[in-house]
Parts: sequence; structure tokens; C-alpha cells
Amino acid sequence: MIDLSVNIGKLKLKNPVMLASGTVGYGNEISNFTDLSKIGAIVTKSVSLNPRKGNPPRRIMETSSGMLNAIGLANVGVEKFIEDKIPFLQKVNSTLICNIAASSIEEYVECVKILEEQDTVKGFEINVSCPNVKEGGLVFGNNPEAVGKITEKVRAVTNKTLIIKLSPNTASISQFAAVAKKEGADAVSAINTLVGTAFNIYTRKPVIKNITGGLSGPAIKPVALAKVLEISRNVDIPIIGIGGIMCWKDAVEFMIAGASAFELGTVNFINPNAGIEIIEGLKKYCEEMKINSISEVTASYIL
Amino acid sequence: MKIFNSTISEIIKLHDNINLIKIHSPEIAKSAKPGQFCNIKVSDCNFPLLRRPFSISDVDGEYIYFMFNVAGEGTKLLSSKQNGETINILGPLGNGFNFETEFKSAVIIAGGLGVAPFPFLTKKINNKKIYAFIGGRSENEIITHGLENCIISTDNGSVGFKGNVVESFKRYIDKIDLGNAVIFSCGPTPMLKAVQDLSLQYKIKCQLSTECAMACGFGICQGCNIESAEEEDKYKLVCIDGPVFDAKEVKL
Repeated sequence: MIDLSVNIGKLKLKNPVMLASGTVGYGNEISNFTDLSKIGAIVTKSVSLNPRKGNPPRRIMETSSGMLNAIGLANVGVEKFIEDKIPFLQKVNSTLICNIAASSIEEYVECVKILEEQDTVKGFEINVSCPNVKEGGLVFGNNPEAVGKITEKVRAVTNKTLIIKLSPNTASISQFAAVAKKEGADAVSAINTLVGTAFNIYTRKPVIKNITGGLSGPAIKPVALAKVLEISRNVDIPIIGIGGIMCWKDAVEFMIAGASAFELGTVNFINPNAGIEIIEGLKKYCEEMKINSISEVTASYIL
Repeated sequence: MKIFNSTISEIIKLHDNINLIKIHSPEIAKSAKPGQFCNIKVSDCNFPLLRRPFSISDVDGEYIYFMFNVAGEGTKLLSSKQNGETINILGPLGNGFNFETEFKSAVIIAGGLGVAPFPFLTKKINNKKIYAFIGGRSENEIITHGLENCIISTDNGSVGFKGNVVESFKRYIDKIDLGNAVIFSCGPTPMLKAVQDLSLQYKIKCQLSTECAMACGFGICQGCNIESAEEEDKYKLVCIDGPVFDAKEVKL
């Protein structure tokens, strides 16, 4: 019997498959296509203190083996999240992580404080790296002091698992991971999307209304793997790998590069049952490689 | 709505650049409604990455039909599929047209490939008086497949009325009992906007089938937002709130 369970800090997941924020909504739509109870953890669409309308259209475009998005953290706000979304998520027998977005340190703290009381919520992923909003997001994610301050202040109000989601749009991602660790984060997730853009050559206007968007999908996988490896080699903190995972082989690669668990993002839009298929693939890989516990794969790189 | 691997039965050429693909998909055929769409993966690899949304054009027994032109890499791949190949389809998606209300005549207004959903709708409302206003830039953009009582217009006058499809419809405003009619419209956004304005001006019931770039098609990517005319603080999503909207619901 292969042990697929993994630990992220003090949180035990039944397997390393997590569904990334912004690619599963609040669980209900994707549950038509997949059995969420088999998934290691679900990370909600970013929740902010107040509802956000998000960016005007056009928000997305396809690129070579990838896509650009600038949704702008559209969400129902924390109050409605608790009222309307938690009841469904409660019934899903998976681990629920809330992704939190904010425009100020106070807003992160306030939002986490409110959700701290919800037993269904097992942890927080702090989004300091959204490239698509004017305030918050990358303004924080590009500044190690700000990331440190946010981690410290949020840590002070929660005993739940605290994950800081890092941006690849920085000179040294491991510097940010080190700061997060120092201020008490249990793990980091990497990477958020890469800033990108595209133009219509006839109108000479950007395709995306926000001008720039976040690039995701298989196009970014090599970048994401390098960032995970960089953190793994420099900072002793659990890493959740994210970036263009389409199948179980991609997932294994992330674990080898240093990830304890991984998140599926863009693939959910194309194959909403990918998580389940990846779990099956991981089992077969472990059998073939005579691995008893999937966690042995984490950071097993031979350089 | 589920994901199916369905078999391509036939690709029928309607015009030089316009195809009708016939697919054996009993489950989708059974539950599909006119105006709904499916999100189709045209390749087995990561290029093109995303599925492509196509309006369900018709249903016949266990078969479903999609109408498409070759516009980009995705539709080029789709057009080169062979009979017997399987294709991965997610659907049916969206709300579809509401044709179960009380009305006597249906006014279809379609531009270019906007005719796509209407063969199926025409079948479902065959007890109504149908006027199908079909427009295109020129004769080779005019598709009347599966439609009834077509009134054709072209921008260049190569066939039918010379002018756009909305101008073509305007000539009939006094001739149709619009108090008991519903407009069903699909086509390019500027055309839809003109139809919307006209329907609001003359107080005609009107449903618009909108089009938008989207990734998932079932509400999780939030990529296909459209401005709501009813609520200022949030957008609607074309994929789950639409793609068919009442003309009063959205700002185009």
C-alpha cells in the first residue's frame, strides 16, 4: 500500500494534489466533473474583506501552450463567502485552504481573523503576488519587507497552517521564502503567474483590457520548476509547487525539484478531472519506482 | 454537463470556408437545448491549450452538429479531422434560448456564422411563424442550412437586400405583429448591439446569444465577463449566466 499522504507544516493531506486558487471557484462548479473528496486540498478563489467586481472585459487570451488572465480578484467578499460558499465546501470531504487577497496589511489581518473562527477552513494561502490589481498584489510581492510584515501580522492572528504564495516576478524568490519562514509561515507556494502581455497588431491595442495579465499553463513550467528548486536549495521550508502541471509526470517533476505538494491551475479549465487522474498516475509511478511513501520524492533531485 | 469522448461521423462542407461537423454523442443529444454550447478539445496535446466553445447547431437523434469556419489554429485542426476519429467534448453548457413563453412569431436575426444555433431552434419552434433575417458581407457568407423563411441581406448586395441585417429587418417592422413576437439573435457584437437598441426602442421581446473568449466554459475561470445592465457591482459570465441573455440584462 503506497502512502500518498504529505505534511504541509502541521497539516496532513491525504495526497499532494491541491487545486489552485482561481481555478476551482468555490468548488461547486468543478464538482460536476470530479470527485473533490479524493483531492488533497482545495484552495479557494481569493477572498477579500469586501466584494470585488474584478477587471472589465477582456480578461483572458490564449498564448502558445499557455494563457494570460487578468481577472482582478473578482470575489464575493468574506461575509458572503462564509454565508454562501462554506456550507457547500463543508460537505466536500477535502481539506479547505482559503486564499486571501488584500490591499493593505490591515485587510489581510482582518480577513484572516474573521475566517479563523471557521472550523472548515484548515489553512490560509496569502496572495502577495497577484499581478493584476493596482493595490496590493505585486506591490507587496516585490518587497521582502512587506512580505515579512504581512506574514508576521497574519501569523499573530492564526494558528492554522499559513502559506505565503510567492511571485516569480522578482530577482530572488528564495529571499522571499526566507523572509516568510523567518516570520513564521508554515510553507510557501510557488509560483504565481508571470506578468505578460499581447497586442492586436491591427488595432495596436493590448488584447487584455488590463494591458498586462498573468501567464499560466505548460508554457511556464520550466520557470516554475527552477524557482521551486531555488527555494529548495536555499531555504528549509515546505514548498507547494505550482506552474503548468498538466499530468502526473509534471507533478513528479515538481516534487523532485523540492515540492512537498503541488497545485493544479490552468489544467482544471481543460480537464476538470485532472486531479483524480494525477493521483492514479502517482500511485503507478511509486509502484514502478518501488517508492513506499510519495514524500520520499520531495527534493530527491540529484544535481 | 459532462466530458465525453465522441466519434466524428462526418464533416459536411456548406460553403468554401463553412463546415458542419456531425458527432455521435447520445448523452449530449439527449439533454441539449437550442442556444447551448459545448467546449471542445481539438487536439490531444497542449497546443492549442484551451478548449474551443461552439454553439450546438442541431440535434438529430443521437447526433449533434456544430457549424464552424476555419478562423485560427483550432478550427483548422478541427476541419482536418477524419470520420471515425474521437473528439473530447465538454457539455452541454450555458442556458440556451427561452422559447417556452407565449409568443406567435419568432424573428431570427443572424449575422455571418451567427446562424449556428438556429437550425436546432427552428426545429423546436416549428409551430410558430418564423422570419429568419440572415445577413453577411457577401453571398458566400450567407448560410441558410436548416432554416425556414429566410430573408437575406448582404453588405455588398451580391444577394438579397443590400445593407446589413438590422436594416433588412427594419423594413418589416410594420409587417410583423411584434407585440406577439420574440427576437432571437446571434452574430457579431456590433450587430447584437443594434438589435438590442432596436428591441428596446420598439419594446420587442428579445434574446441575444453572445460570444466571448473563455477558458473553462463552466464558471470557474471567470474569463468571460460581460457588463450587467441590472447590477452595477458585479459582472455576469457569458458561460453560465448566458450565452443567451435577455436584451434588458446586459450592456454590450
